[in-house]
Amino acid sequence: MAKRIDVSDLDIYYGSFLAVQSVNVSIEPRSITALIGPSGCGKSTFLRSLNRMHEVIPGARVEGKVVMDGQDLYGSDVDPVDVRRQIGMVFQRPNPFPTMSIYDNVAAGLRLNAKKMRKSDLDDLVERSLRGANLWNEVKDRLNRPGSGLSGGQQQRLCIARAIAVEPDVLLMDEPCSALDPISTLAIEDLMTELKERFTIVIVTHNMQQAARVSESTGFFNLSGVGQPGRLIEFNPTEKIFSSPDEKATEDYISGRFG
Amino acid sequence: MSTDLRPDAVAATPARNPALRSRRQLPRFAPTGLFGLGVLLGAGLSAATGFSLTLTVVYGVVLGTLVLYVVARRVEGGRKAFDRLVTCLVTCAFGIAMVPLVSLVWTVLENGVRRLDGEFFNSSMLGIVGEGGGAYHAIAGTLIITLLTALISVPIGLLAAIYLVEYGTGRLKRAITFLVDVMTGIPSIVAGLFAFALFALFSGPSIRLGIMGAVALSVLMIPVVVRSSEEVLKLVPNELREASYALGVPKWRTILRVVLPTSIAGLGTAVTLAIARVVGETAPLLVTVGLVNGTNLDPFDGRMSTLPVFAFYQLTQPGVPPEPAIDRAWTAALLLIILVMALNVVARLISRFFAPKTGR
Repeated sequence: MAKRIDVSDLDIYYGSFLAVQSVNVSIEPRSITALIGPSGCGKSTFLRSLNRMHEVIPGARVEGKVVMDGQDLYGSDVDPVDVRRQIGMVFQRPNPFPTMSIYDNVAAGLRLNAKKMRKSDLDDLVERSLRGANLWNEVKDRLNRPGSGLSGGQQQRLCIARAIAVEPDVLLMDEPCSALDPISTLAIEDLMTELKERFTIVIVTHNMQQAARVSESTGFFNLSGVGQPGRLIEFNPTEKIFSSPDEKATEDYISGRFG
Repeated sequence: MSTDLRPDAVAATPARNPALRSRRQLPRFAPTGLFGLGVLLGAGLSAATGFSLTLTVVYGVVLGTLVLYVVARRVEGGRKAFDRLVTCLVTCAFGIAMVPLVSLVWTVLENGVRRLDGEFFNSSMLGIVGEGGGAYHAIAGTLIITLLTALISVPIGLLAAIYLVEYGTGRLKRAITFLVDVMTGIPSIVAGLFAFALFALFSGPSIRLGIMGAVALSVLMIPVVVRSSEEVLKLVPNELREASYALGVPKWRTILRVVLPTSIAGLGTAVTLAIARVVGETAPLLVTVGLVNGTNLDPFDGRMSTLPVFAFYQLTQPGVPPEPAIDRAWTAALLLIILVMALNVVARLISRFFAPKTGR
């Protein structure tokens, strides 16, 4: 199921402002790719452009190619809705639907798309997804309670369960642990390690230890100054990035000599 | 995050922090007592010049504020005294704002309750001269016309609000917002004349229909619905929309299944309050619906009666003797107030029962 994504010469704009310039990168299937870099350098923007969530913002657009298994996601005949069905996303802040129960939140991807499914199949899917997100044991007795009643870490795992319930090929995570305590963070990192058996995972993180712990490859984004576009400075296996990076800027950033 | 800085807590450790040393403070009952003393003084003053209730209240409030201020200034210091002065002013402003409201409700209750009987709800004015009669026809007319108005305005207003929040961009959105703002301010008689002119185009100037009134009221109600539902829809966090998009849900379905359910409580309140806003309109109904003594429940056939217009005519053309008609006018006014209050209660209930549950 997991798929490979090739990005070539991707320029990302907000209106006339060039936010990220000429990104070239290959994201390997069944692995975790981490994106690190200072705030405002375009990591999240780049991540959102991978499943065409970027263009939800008025005036936002991209130039260049994002190819998943031979198909350009920005081709004129591609519906962004179909792209997002294949490339799921988990956001920085947990955002379960407040009107829905835990069960309905997990089933939301199917329910909202009006897919017909037998009740027993749906029950199975919900249980499988919640187990996949390591949340089943904590919520199995209160599936009909509102999702917003869970703790922050549980809510975030609920959002992950919701994202994997629609069986995407790729899972994008935009700083999924930045609002969580260390224990919940550990739970989600363990979960990512399990999930990479089935999905291609791309994660944006401000936590370099996290990138070092979980990822196979790491990309370092940076920008040369305020108002300048962000660039992908270096993309290498994580071990290399954190031991002997090719670029001086990368070394400065990961060793804390930044700015 | 309440840090305990009450004077007695501070007083327990006076030695350690001289900046927080305890100040002399008036006892808890003192402000009320001092104010009461001022009021008594005021009463005495007004009694000396020939007693009058208005003067007593005015003197009392001014003197009470003054006494409290002066004493607080001597005992507690300038800052506290000023605090007490402003508290008095704010409370007075609130009292003044409440005077017309309470007086209005009281007057209407006092005068209206006299005819609040079974006959008022059961009979129309058909063949009634003088005593008796009722507003059955007007109550039914008001309900029918308001319902029609809601049927016209709610879909249009809600869809317009959804367009403005979810789809509209650039010049068209700004133009619509501007026009809605302008429409919110048009005088209600203009709305009535608009509906009248519209129907007169087809059927001549003598036409009076219930539906004309509904159209006129819709002109007034649509902008209110658009404005308030727009604000409610804007409150739905963008994260929920993005979460839905990220699951591969199309935009229209996101609006239908995520945005609207999340904001249903606010939308219900908005619509109910908009209805309450138009239910008592008189001028547009006067020129479009008119009045009839008998009961007409068909808004597409001839004149109808409505409570506001009923009250207007009972008051302005009471006949001989005038008292029974004037009583009927008061009761109609009372019913309108009850109707508006009921709608407000309904709005509150809607927002309580449909608000998203937190589960805690």
